[in-house]
Formats: sequence, C-alpha cells, structure tokens
Amino acid sequence: MHELLSPVELDALRLSLEVAARSVLFSLPVAIAIAWLLTRGRFPGRALLDALVHLPLVLPPVAVGYVLLLLFGNRGPIGGWLHTRFGIELAFTTAGAALATAVMAFPLMVRALRIALENVDPGLEAAACTLGAGPLDRLITITLPLMLPGVIAGVVTAFAAGLGEFGAVITFAANVPGQTRTIPLALYTAIQSPNGDREALRLAILSFVLGLLGLLLAEVLARRVRRLVGR
Amino acid sequence: MLKVAVVKRLASFTLRAAFEAGTPGIVALFGRSGCGKTTIINIVSGLLAPDEGRVELDGQVLQDVGRAIRVPPQRRGIGYVFQEPRLFPHLSVRANLRYGEKRAPTPRAVEFGQVIGLLGLEPLLQRRPHQLSGGERQRVALGRALLSQPRLLLLDEPLASLDASRREEVLPYLERLRDHFAIPMIYVSHQFEEVLRIATHLVLMESGNVVAQGSVNAMSLRPELRFIVGQEAVGAVVDGTVVRMDTATGLAQLQVGSETLHVSVADAPVGTRVRVQLLASDITLATEAPQGLSVRNQLHGHIIEIGADDREAALVRVDLGGPVVLARITRAATAALHLHPGRDVWVLVKALSTRGHAFRMPA
Repeated sequence: MHELLSPVELDALRLSLEVAARSVLFSLPVAIAIAWLLTRGRFPGRALLDALVHLPLVLPPVAVGYVLLLLFGNRGPIGGWLHTRFGIELAFTTAGAALATAVMAFPLMVRALRIALENVDPGLEAAACTLGAGPLDRLITITLPLMLPGVIAGVVTAFAAGLGEFGAVITFAANVPGQTRTIPLALYTAIQSPNGDREALRLAILSFVLGLLGLLLAEVLARRVRRLVGR
Repeated sequence: MLKVAVVKRLASFTLRAAFEAGTPGIVALFGRSGCGKTTIINIVSGLLAPDEGRVELDGQVLQDVGRAIRVPPQRRGIGYVFQEPRLFPHLSVRANLRYGEKRAPTPRAVEFGQVIGLLGLEPLLQRRPHQLSGGERQRVALGRALLSQPRLLLLDEPLASLDASRREEVLPYLERLRDHFAIPMIYVSHQFEEVLRIATHLVLMESGNVVAQGSVNAMSLRPELRFIVGQEAVGAVVDGTVVRMDTATGLAQLQVGSETLHVSVADAPVGTRVRVQLLASDITLATEAPQGLSVRNQLHGHIIEIGADDREAALVRVDLGGPVVLARITRAATAALHLHPGRDVWVLVKALSTRGHAFRMPA
C-alpha cells in the first residue's frame, strides 16, 4: 500500500473514508426518523418537510456549502453557539466536511429508507402488537430488521456519494491538507497545479477503484441480508 | 366472559354488533364475506377503534368510547391468528413462537413443549417461515398466538388462505387446541363445514348486524341460516355420545336423546362425544314404523312445526325426545300423509349419508 500510494494520496484516501463514514453515522438516525415521519406521519407541513429534505438534490452544492457557512460558521447562529458552549468548531475542520457531506447525501439516504419502510408489511407490526410488543419494541424487533436491506442500500449510497462530495465541502470546510482535502479536493488541487497531470490521473483512478469496490460490496451485502430476512 | 356492544361506521354499511361469549368454548362469528366479522374482532383486539360502544373482558373494560378508555392491543392479553400467517420472515420458527411468550405475563399456563407437541412443530423449529408450506405456517401462527398466553384467542378465517387438502390438514389441530386448552376463542368463518366442526356457539351476522346467537345446535334450526349457507346445507346439528363402535365398518351408535343414531365417524371410541349434521334433504319421514328397509336410522319422534321452505317443499321440525331435526319434504307429501304438528313420525336417514366428528368439548 505504501509503495502504491504517496503519503499525500494516503492522506486524501483516509480523509475521504473518514468524512464519508462520519457523515453516514450522524445522518442515519436522523434519516430514519425523517423517513418514518414522511411515510407514516400525518401532519400539516409534511409536503414542506419533504421538499426541504430533497432540496440539496436540486441546489448548487456551493449554495448549500454557503448556507452551512452562514449557519454553522464560528460567527453563525448555530456555529457560534456550538463554539462558545461546547468548543466545537465546524468550519474548516474534518467534522465540518462530514456535516456538509451529510447534508448533501441526506436525500439519497431518506429516499432509500422510505422505500424500505413502505415495503414493511404493517400486518406484521399489527401481529407483533397483538403478541404484546409496544411501539418501541416493535420498531426495534420488527420494523428496523425488516428495513435492513433498505438501510444498507441507503448507507452504501450515501457513503459512496460522500466519498465524492466536492462543492459543499470546499465551500464550507475549505481545502485544508490533512483536514478537509479529500480525494476530490486533492484531485482538483492537482489539476490546478502546473505539473499535476500525473497526480490527477492517479487520484482519478483511485476514485474509480474505490467506487467500484463500494458498489460490489453493496451488492454482496444486499444479497446476504435479503436471504437473512427471508425474501 | 367477553361482552361486546359496538358501532362502527364503514364505507358500505354501519356495523352494530352486540354479543357475549362465555368461557371456555369457541364462538363462531358466522356470515357471508364482508358482513363485518373481521371488523368486530379487530375492534375486540384493539387494532381498530369503534365509533361508539364498549368492549369488556373478564370484568375489565378494554374499550369505552364514552369514557375515552382504550387499552392498547399489546396490553389486552388477546391473541390473534390472522387470515394470512403473518410470521416474522427474519426470525426462525422457534423465535417466532417465542416472540409472544417472552412478552407474556408469568406464570404461563401454556407451555412451549405442550404446544410444540400438540401442533407437531418439533421438526420445523430451526426453519425459516419461507421454508414452510402454507399449512405449516398457519400451525406456527396458531402456536405463536397460544404461547402469548392469551385470555382470549381470535381466529380470523385461519384456513381461508389454504386449499381444501391443506385445510383438512390443519383442522384436526384446531380441534385439538379446542379440546386441550380452556382458552375461549372467537372464530370468524363463512364456511359452515368449519364452524360445525370447531364451534360450540354461533353468532349469525348479516350486513353488520347480529341476527341470532346461541349454541350451534340451536342455530342450525334457525330459518335465517338458509340465506347464508344455502338450502342444500340446511340441516340440524345434533350431538351424541358413542355407545358402540364397529371398527370394521366405521359405523358408530350414538345416543341422541332417547334414540340411537348410526353414523359413520372416524376414530371415536365408546364414550366420545360426536357431532353430526343431518341434512334436511337427506331425511325421509314415515307415518308408520317402516318394514324391510335398508335405512339404518329409524328414529321415532313427533312433529313440532311445519314451516314453508319454498314453493315445492316444506321444512318439518321433528322432536326426537330432546334433540330436534329438520326434514325437507315436498308439499305434496305433507298433504298426502296428513302431516300436522303433534303427529308421531319416523325419521329415516341413511347411516352412510352422515359424517360425524369427534367433539370432546361439552357443548
């Protein structure tokens, strides 16, 4: 591995994986809750919530990054509070890159989870209910396990999309080597530098290999889980 | 004791149902498809809320719309076997069976080993639901509901999703459960065959209303039944005790009231209670003791009533010294024989046209 990739490339790879993993980890519980609300909830403003969730799909990523900067920057309303209260800094940090990535991949995750939830037979939940299981019990023992194929699909899609997130990350978290310079940002940097052609090609190939591995892994996982759930 | 008095407005009609179900025994909610049977048990289970009324089980109010009381389904202690088995696909048969048991209050009257034995589930325990046949799935669903230690068990046409031969495979298990556990059950069905073999009591329903309720024997004599089961299935249901069994021919002698009835019945040793339906159209009436007939059953009784059945036939009720049977006779015959209430008659029915079922539960 060390002969294959330069320290700079290794750094970018490690950062990409870290940012994508953290973004998925943070957004999954929220995405499950939102998917639940959108599928099962009956409340005014449901359409608005639906639209808000999907907004990152249609907005320019740079605009999303800019809004995040306004809200979560050290002088922004949320960012300032997080900074003074907990000492958490988001702008120009790895955590910030993960936040920007999470927001961008959020619609993909919610979409996969919604489809999964819609495929869960409410009859099975009713059966669990008559067998003595309360709402939380049913969620943990019936609904979530049956959603598992969709959860995995959502996680893998969001993770893969997160590896390549560019616009929102560079706007909100900037291009700091070792902090926020993920593979796409390193690739962009290489293209911008006068003798970066070879480096750019190497990084592009790395992205390609990573994406392919991810998709194959997702397929294998999905097949295993489907067998587990008995479909 | 279950007491139900509810109103639920549905798309096509308003359900107004009031009935009581004693313990133990099986009460069949019987009526045509779409008459509101499933709606009632959904209300009893708590999965569906009524618009008005109350549901009470063993003195505990489960639902009272007027007082805004609603015990959620998971705290009612009511088991439910649905039309489709609804097994959890991600769990093994064993884990499915344990699901309700784990959540049930202790002490547990229904034991795991006992249920496994009665339902023949031992070889299936390690399997997944998708590896089971339709009949096996429904047996697991039955076991799962029983192991949740219900105070009352609801069964919504549990055989409807099975074909005829699978139905025959599961029915004996249902009979066994009825005879082994003192759990009251409500059995929804539109198949009279099933109801005959399973139920002790019958609640007759028609488009959202309860039209009659009582023992299966009494309900089998009700004129309303004809509109639900059809003319050809009308016939008195009588229960009797086996006093002699001829294993070679499979014919048993039943003590029915003061008379002896020969019926064909499988696996019914002396002392077994057996239920048999005598179809009204299979019965011949004679005004004198017949001679030289091959008909095995020649029962003596007297006519209680002669009712109109349709244009060509009359439905004659005959008292056999306790049990009552129905005979469908042409109007011409009733006139020619001068049949009238109070008159002594002989009821003739071929042993081979009867089929009895062992029925251990006292009616």
